[in-house]
Amino acid sequence: MIRVILPHHLRTLAKVDGEVSLEPQTQPTQRTVLDALEAEYPVLRGTIRDHRTAKRRDFIRFFACGRDITLDSADEPLPDEIASGKEPFRVVGAMAGG
Amino acid sequence: MSGVRLLVGTRKGAFVLTSDGTRDDWNVEGPFFAGWEIYHLNGSPADPDRLYASQSTGWHGQVMQRSDDGGKTWETVGNEFTYDGVPGTHQWYDGTQHPWEFARVWHLEPSRTDPDTVFAGVEDAALFRSTDGGKSWQELSGLRDHETGSEWQPGAGGLCLHTIIIHPDDPQRMFVAISAAGAFRTDDGGETWQPINKGLRSRELPDEEREVGHCVHRIAMNPSRPDRLYMQKHWHVMRSDDGGDSWQKVSGNLPSDFGFPIAVHPHDADTVYVVPIKSDSEHVPPDGKLRVYRSKTGGNEWEALTKGLPQEHVYLNVLRDAMAVDTLDPGGVYFGTSGGQVYASADSGDNWTAIVHDLPPVLSVEAQTLS
Repeated sequence: MIRVILPHHLRTLAKVDGEVSLEPQTQPTQRTVLDALEAEYPVLRGTIRDHRTAKRRDFIRFFACGRDITLDSADEPLPDEIASGKEPFRVVGAMAGG
Repeated sequence: MSGVRLLVGTRKGAFVLTSDGTRDDWNVEGPFFAGWEIYHLNGSPADPDRLYASQSTGWHGQVMQRSDDGGKTWETVGNEFTYDGVPGTHQWYDGTQHPWEFARVWHLEPSRTDPDTVFAGVEDAALFRSTDGGKSWQELSGLRDHETGSEWQPGAGGLCLHTIIIHPDDPQRMFVAISAAGAFRTDDGGETWQPINKGLRSRELPDEEREVGHCVHRIAMNPSRPDRLYMQKHWHVMRSDDGGDSWQKVSGNLPSDFGFPIAVHPHDADTVYVVPIKSDSEHVPPDGKLRVYRSKTGGNEWEALTKGLPQEHVYLNVLRDAMAVDTLDPGGVYFGTSGGQVYASADSGDNWTAIVHDLPPVLSVEAQTLS
């Protein structure tokens, strides 16, 4: 199982409370996790990354095991703790404002 | 019994305000989509319970919502707005060319006859259409492909297509307006478009009478007289009596002819409403007084409507999509403010009451007349 934590507005949009659980993946990456997330919750398409290009939206960041992995390659394997479900993959809305 | 449903979009969600035909007491529901910017929501004339809403944030982009029960429940529909073909470029603020980039949906205009058909005006300026109830969207690219498209330049609020008017008898004829490109008309259902800006003058332009480049803020029509259009431009209130082929200035005795919204009386195409704003520098009403101005003569002669509106210390704005009329008799007029008030008049503007005082800043107001 892969655990994903979404920011408030996306939890509301996807109509979920707390974490999202996705099917296990042998070697998950940012791309495969987001692909699985969008397949499970189609309403999230376009809200994290662009429909066509899959480019991350500017104010979205990704964290794994306490580390900001936003700028890592989307195809780089995620830590084992994400693959095992010990740690969640976090989608974070960047803080912006005063 | 007849009634009115107001669809109010705000910076922090949508609200649905309902009343019976007296329009004395209002029920307020919301916020729907709390925390999201709701630029616009609008109902289908063919099925008033079919609503569409544009929901967005800077974080998560564009989401589209649809209701089939008058706003009680909502369903997320398609949010993929892809420009047709190779998008190309338009003019940026500094005069350089800039790629067309979708930002958000500013305005939704459902078909007059088919609840599943709805048009969306977007930023960067383009017109999209859905014929499946919002599930998918296709660009009517004949507009953006107009030979002047690369000359279009954004206004302060962005390069937004904010006004869509469908001719009441001929669905092939539509009008749109873009800040700061101007007004355009199609007579073939959106395949081809022509600028309709003859008579507009914009002192900000090197050639102040050029074909495009005018900052049109809003256009309004009374369906009983579809060749008569009214326009609130950046500066100047304008009128056309020939479907936009030519315009004449009708600002007359207004204290300022800068403003954003404009609306036409539901039963009298000679009666028109504007909310004058002091200037494009300050964006507040003149003299700290919130006044709607009404002309019963097609413009030029204007009277201030003040009963029930605050007449001191008012420093707010009324945005272009935030004024609407119902079709009851006497006609109702409504507008929302950046201060979060929604004002209503059930007597064509003679008297006003604040239905709500403290909503988030109001971006849009639509009025549905229910039978």
